[in-house]
Amino acid sequence: MMPHVVTPRPAATETRESAQPEKACIVTRHLTAYFGETPAIKDISTVIPQLAVTAIIGPSGCGKSTLLRCLNRMHETVPNARVDGDVEILGSSIYGEGTNATAVRRHVGMVFQRPTPFPTMSIEANVAAGLRVDSIQRKADQKEHEIVEEALHRAGLWDEVKDRLTESAMGLSGGQQQRLCIARALATRPRVLLLDEPTASLDPLSSQKVEELVYQLRETMTVVIVTHNMQQAARVSDRTAFLLAGELIEFERTNQLFTAPKDPRTEAYITGRFG
Amino acid sequence: MTAVPADVLQKDRRRLRVHGAEIGDRIYEIVTTGCALVVPALVIAIAIAIFAAAWPAFAKLGLSIVTSSDWDVANGHFGAAPALFGTLVSSAVALIIATPLAIGVAIFLSEFSPTWLRQPIGFLVDLLAAVPSVVYGLWGIFVLVPMLREYVMPFLRDRLHLGATPFFSGPAYGPSMLAAGVVLAIMALPYISAVSREVLMAVPRSQREAALALGATRWEMIRDAVVPYAKSGIVGGIMLGLGRALGETMAVTMVIGNRPEISASLFAPGYTMASLIANEFSEATNDLHLSALMAVGAILFIITLIVNAVARWLVWQVSRGRVS
Amino acid sequence: MKTLRARHMTSGAMIGLTYLAAVLATLPLILILWHLLKKGATSVSLAFFTNMPKPVGEAGGGMANAIVGTLTLIGIACMIGLPIGVGAGIYLAEKRITPIAHAVRFLSDVLNGLPSIVMGIFAWEFLVRPAGHFSALAGGAALGAMMIPLVTRTTEEMLRVVPVSLREAALALGYPRWRTSISVVLRTALAGIATGALVAVARVAGETAPLLFTAFGNQFWSTSLRQPIAALPLQIFTYAISPYDEWHAQAWAGALVLISIVLVISLAARFVTRSRFGAPVD
Repeated sequence: MMPHVVTPRPAATETRESAQPEKACIVTRHLTAYFGETPAIKDISTVIPQLAVTAIIGPSGCGKSTLLRCLNRMHETVPNARVDGDVEILGSSIYGEGTNATAVRRHVGMVFQRPTPFPTMSIEANVAAGLRVDSIQRKADQKEHEIVEEALHRAGLWDEVKDRLTESAMGLSGGQQQRLCIARALATRPRVLLLDEPTASLDPLSSQKVEELVYQLRETMTVVIVTHNMQQAARVSDRTAFLLAGELIEFERTNQLFTAPKDPRTEAYITGRFG
Repeated sequence: MTAVPADVLQKDRRRLRVHGAEIGDRIYEIVTTGCALVVPALVIAIAIAIFAAAWPAFAKLGLSIVTSSDWDVANGHFGAAPALFGTLVSSAVALIIATPLAIGVAIFLSEFSPTWLRQPIGFLVDLLAAVPSVVYGLWGIFVLVPMLREYVMPFLRDRLHLGATPFFSGPAYGPSMLAAGVVLAIMALPYISAVSREVLMAVPRSQREAALALGATRWEMIRDAVVPYAKSGIVGGIMLGLGRALGETMAVTMVIGNRPEISASLFAPGYTMASLIANEFSEATNDLHLSALMAVGAILFIITLIVNAVARWLVWQVSRGRVS
Repeated sequence: MKTLRARHMTSGAMIGLTYLAAVLATLPLILILWHLLKKGATSVSLAFFTNMPKPVGEAGGGMANAIVGTLTLIGIACMIGLPIGVGAGIYLAEKRITPIAHAVRFLSDVLNGLPSIVMGIFAWEFLVRPAGHFSALAGGAALGAMMIPLVTRTTEEMLRVVPVSLREAALALGYPRWRTSISVVLRTALAGIATGALVAVARVAGETAPLLFTAFGNQFWSTSLRQPIAALPLQIFTYAISPYDEWHAQAWAGALVLISIVLVISLAARFVTRSRFGAPVD
């Protein structure tokens, strides 16, 4: 149960100083994504560590969402879009021979900028939606209802909806709907959770709840969050990547990137010289 | 922080290679494509069926099907000129009556109507398209035709002295080209009106405001700024109405009098291609008769095909040009 | 150059004419409904729905066989028209601007505009002539073919309204494309699609011409698919052109029943898919 009080939080990276060397979760190799003939991201090779929150920041149009969507093969769902290069998640190439996009997406959760609950389903059915697609997802010893409850707890939504699980999801507020989408993504126990500007359309209180949630999730999964809000990146992430015009300019521990960036373009962005 | 155990990594690696959805996607693709292709297949099948059956008549009778007025089954003469004439004239009369009304209503709804009145009136006009044609025919026989015979026709012929012209002369039996024209006008009205209304409403505000700012009266604004912008859409709507009128069978058959003669007068009974087919098809006596009826059907098919294709093209042009 | 006053008067006159047009355009429907009620209401009774047609001179005839016949024909038409129409609608909604989609959309509209008697000829050629007799199946097939373009259009429109974000959310959860389309997109649009289907049903239920030489009509009770079958519009037609007053009264009653069904469905459809004139779209 999350306290609705702003508690000062130790800077994300301070508690991690003594941690073991980070293991790679996601590895991109010369990743280039096109819309038609135009590349939205160019030749990005990087390593995103496990069990940590990685933020991707940059001005509008820099390709941060595109990069994120390449990590669960969502980019290719747009007509005329394609991807060059490779992405490995936990050692397995997701673009390799014989891989299937649908299978990849079952292991990677995603939350979008706008809340997208399924309008014809109840709250309960919404959370369970990912489970019903693939029976392997469900652990043998757990019933669906328990999984739904656990996911709602983790998303911090349980108390608010426990008495109306069978009601339509459309009756919830914007912030609640977004947390519902997070619960829906969490229910399938993904190893990686991708968040594309998840608080962009939320009020400050709901945003705060989501941020606290993201902060907690690092204990059990790898999180990658795209945000246009630098303060948010500073608050929740362990590492931050700065993108500009499709290129990865700098990728550092968050603390370092924001206090002593190496690249002058990074510095220009974080000091607000361009947006 | 705990490291991810190696065996889970193994499991994940296997899972990422699971296929499964591909068969489902394949089937889905095939089924939906198949359904979509039924549409062109149907159009082609209809065309082939009718023309193949009509061919013997075309081959034997040639142009006389449309030029001759002699429809004599016993002697193998199949001149359907009166039917062709009737189809064209009744539709023309329908358009003459319906177009001003339909555009007038459309303008009313898009420009002048109070908001609360828009939906009810729009609905009532659109509902005309939902009335079954046999109901129109029934009303036509027992209400419209007597009304024409007893009031309207004498009025036109005698009071307005239009009887001097060949168009309004002759005895007023009731069932007539005029009756068919009126019924068809009512049936075509909603089609013209709906399309016109939509294109008029799509004219950007800036057009209207510019005209008014230049000092135009409201009517002038409509005439010079709004309607020209929507012109091709309106014409498309008129053609849709025309297509409807050309192909209508039951209502026309019930009020036109079914007499295969060409006459200049609107008061005279007439015939249409659709009525001809409707009246004789089930009793076609020999192969040539049947083939001749099919030939009439083929001509009707072609005419309505062209009219509808042009209509849709015009309307499509408008919706493509529109910045929505 | 006209004076300002003259121009304003012209403007007022023309505006007045559009008001007149609005009145004249709504008049026919009101007139027709009024006459239907006046002449038909007295003949609509329980007997009308439950009795078979009786020979002239005998009282208490009804149109039970025609009503059941229409329902049978609609059933057959739906079995043909709905699956194909919805499938084609899904195809068009997904393939939007490909050349084939354009062609299908265009031809669907062309099909929609064909005279209904041409559809009757078509069904006759393929289902009556080879069989050697009229049948309910042929009639239902003609009506079903007429339903296809209507259902296709409304299905496509309803699917288009579903936001892309919903589809993406499902895909991101690992739904295969086919399941996204059916369990999420189609399901969300279902109310609108069902309404479109109902409207299509209302439209073909009132058709007479395609039945003239397919279903043909039947004075007796029959639900067999291979035999001629009665239908409400056919019966109305036969009675209307007959010389008997009693049958005329029955025709009015039948027409009243027919138009009531059509009206109810049209009203319900309008209600479910409020749009166009300012009210929010569902």
